[in-house]
Amino acid sequence: MKKTKFYEIHQKLGAKIVEFAGYLMPIQYNSIIAEHKTVRNSVGVFDVSHMGEVFVTGKNALEFVQHITVNDASKLSPGRVQYSAMCYPDGGIVDDLLVYKITDEQFMLVINASNIDKDFNWMNVNNNFDVKLENQSEEYSLLAVQGPSSKDVIQKICNRNLDLEYYHFFNAKIAGHEMLISRTGYTGELGYELYFKGDEKMAEEVWDKIFEAGKEFDIKPVGLGARDSLRLEMGFCLYGNDIDQTTNPLEAGLGWITKLGKENFIAKDVLLKIKSDGFKRKLVALSSDEKCFPRHGYDISVAGKKIGSITSGTVSPVLEKPIAMGYVDSNYAKENSEVNFLIRGKESAAKVVGLPFIKK
Amino acid sequence: MNFPENMKYTKEHEWLLVEGNSGKIGITEYAQGELGDVVFVDIDPNTSTIKSGEAFGTIEAVKTVSDIYAPVNGKVIEINKALSDSPELINSDPYGAGWMVKIEISNPAEVSNLLDSNAYKALIAQ
Repeated sequence: MKKTKFYEIHQKLGAKIVEFAGYLMPIQYNSIIAEHKTVRNSVGVFDVSHMGEVFVTGKNALEFVQHITVNDASKLSPGRVQYSAMCYPDGGIVDDLLVYKITDEQFMLVINASNIDKDFNWMNVNNNFDVKLENQSEEYSLLAVQGPSSKDVIQKICNRNLDLEYYHFFNAKIAGHEMLISRTGYTGELGYELYFKGDEKMAEEVWDKIFEAGKEFDIKPVGLGARDSLRLEMGFCLYGNDIDQTTNPLEAGLGWITKLGKENFIAKDVLLKIKSDGFKRKLVALSSDEKCFPRHGYDISVAGKKIGSITSGTVSPVLEKPIAMGYVDSNYAKENSEVNFLIRGKESAAKVVGLPFIKK
Repeated sequence: MNFPENMKYTKEHEWLLVEGNSGKIGITEYAQGELGDVVFVDIDPNTSTIKSGEAFGTIEAVKTVSDIYAPVNGKVIEINKALSDSPELINSDPYGAGWMVKIEISNPAEVSNLLDSNAYKALIAQ
């Protein structure tokens, strides 16, 4: 089992550690709900070093990225980030990812921990562009500092003015250590993600510096449990739950990142056909006013008949009511459609709503 | 971790506090820790009796859902209403304010089938 460079710190903090994607990761330090609220109200720090980083280098780096991802990476200039996805030829999703344009001839692709080997292999199989592919996932640590006070915290310890726009990044120093800082995150809050290489000692120095700077803002470590509920309140997809190789980006509501007007890319033809034929099911957001707890795998029903299934669900810590995402028959995908969560044989009334659940 | 000696326990991590002919039931400190934040407790308000070893409700926590098993047979006298507004009492005070139901114990002899504090502690240690 792999450990991140912060493993000792998590242990010292008394985190509940679980196995996730081959890593021993903190799921919670104290309370998932309290950690969730910390990020919404002040600032929290996530160790997400298990995420994967693949560098694409070469003259044809852009062409490679354009071929393998569905979004239009030609729109990126150095210092910008883009949310995208990779598809199989049948339109199924290999992974969703962040594309960082470092220079005209280099990109960093940030991929899900559970998919690192699969993705890296997929990239290599499709490397007809003579680019260099380097999987640096194990070398990189990644901390996400998220919440309304995140800028105040990072600015105190960063050697550059932190006026980064959303989905922009630059290189800067924190605690004297060079790193890539991007204004990204998975929470819907103002937030920054810090990518850096280095040993445990250096990682701990960075962690300590952040917590020292964040003390006045009541900064707290946040585990993967709250990461999941935070992303769900925003309606962000989670690979393995809401999207996978059996779902395509159009039915998953990722049409906005699927640039079908772009020159040839893997799955373009199939996705064009799916778009013109229309799709049978759609990923929608659902909420209920009843006392119930929707979870991954539960059925969604109408008049006793299954019309879909829940892919992610929770009771929103902010709204204090059940929220979920799930695929439903397209006939029920319109906002305000009335459906039910089927929970252990009992139906709870729910309806299709717009995203995000939390209006910011 | 706390294992009050005046209580009896099940292997499924419920406790029973016997008070004369009646008893209070809740879940242990260990159980609430494993479940994490409790979001609500679902016990049908019309429940009149509970049967030893059978589930009489569920606990919905952030991470998972868990059944609540009856430690003994009994007639339900009271369901803890405070839990509907404050389910977090199960996390903060599992052996006190976080109790779930109060019952009239059908057969007091059944209580001796349950684990005592030391036996439960040993079970957790495994």
